[in-house]
Amino acid sequence: MSISANEFIDITDVTCPITFVKTKVALEDMEDGQILEVHLNDGEPVQNVPRSLKDEGHKVLDLIKKSDGTYTLFVEKHDS
Amino acid sequence: MSLTNEQLERYSRHIILKQVGGKGQEKILSGKVLVIGTGGLGAPAAMYLAAAGVGTIGLVDFDVVDLSNLQRQIIHQTQDVGKAKVDSGRETIAAMNPDVKVHTYNELVTAANIKDIIRDQDYDFILDGTDNFPAKFLINDACVLSEKPFSHAGIIRFQGQTMTYVPGEGPCYRCVFKEPPPKDAVPTCRQAGVLGVMGGILGTLQATEALKYLLGVGELLTGHLLTYDALSMTFRKVRLPRNENCAVCGKHPSITELFDYEQPTCDLRNTGAR
Repeated sequence: MSISANEFIDITDVTCPITFVKTKVALEDMEDGQILEVHLNDGEPVQNVPRSLKDEGHKVLDLIKKSDGTYTLFVEKHDS
Repeated sequence: MSLTNEQLERYSRHIILKQVGGKGQEKILSGKVLVIGTGGLGAPAAMYLAAAGVGTIGLVDFDVVDLSNLQRQIIHQTQDVGKAKVDSGRETIAAMNPDVKVHTYNELVTAANIKDIIRDQDYDFILDGTDNFPAKFLINDACVLSEKPFSHAGIIRFQGQTMTYVPGEGPCYRCVFKEPPPKDAVPTCRQAGVLGVMGGILGTLQATEALKYLLGVGELLTGHLLTYDALSMTFRKVRLPRNENCAVCGKHPSITELFDYEQPTCDLRNTGAR
């Protein structure tokens, strides 16, 4: 099953905590229930960004490892 | 308004906070705070507000920097002695954060000018960093009559106090203190001394209230007086009722126009009181 996202953001060019900051700000501009696709690096980003998003009440739908070692994260916006 | 990459990085520790986020930081950036007095209280308050990205900061002070100010008024440097405090303050803020626009008012606040100063940029929040009772009552009355929120604070020796007034919520400064004390009944900090850090502690509490007000988060010190005693390291939060018979914010106010209490001229001639 493939998830179709409403918005896309690439955070492979920044480091923590700007990774989460950019993702958070992108979600702020979206509607409740909409889905954001995030392209992120292995290591710190993949460890921290999904967890921080969960802490803010958003729903992590899927985290997929790509052939180049980076990840695609699907997160559903939830205002809490 | 959308935040630049540089702003996302500069304010990242704010934006990460659940109660702030990008939207909250934008509120701070479009916020307008007037700091009256750039001394012990106003100096640290203005610096933290500037660092936080408050987009418009007004600085009011008639005085010039004196060597005896530097023990606590950290917005001013040794090389600034003799310079107008508002100019010295503006230079420090400009070096700290280019997002901040500083408006300076190199004058003493009086009944004749205070409303115009508040109106000049239609400030959202006013911070009382003055060191004398006539100014404190004037700022209170002006904020009540202009329907503006403000933070009061005072420091002396090892003690400090602060409270926040929001129109329609809780008491004003005059509800609690009614009238200035008789002249010379209470020493100024020039006569009594003050531990330098007191302005930092109380001034940053005031800056905290300003930021919370701009963000619309948490509970302000409305209806409460917070006192701090550095020697015993004690904070006390005292609940204060509104006075229905208050001369300025009560049901039938007798003060409907601003007026100045007399200031001893020596307090204006000499520098270094704040």
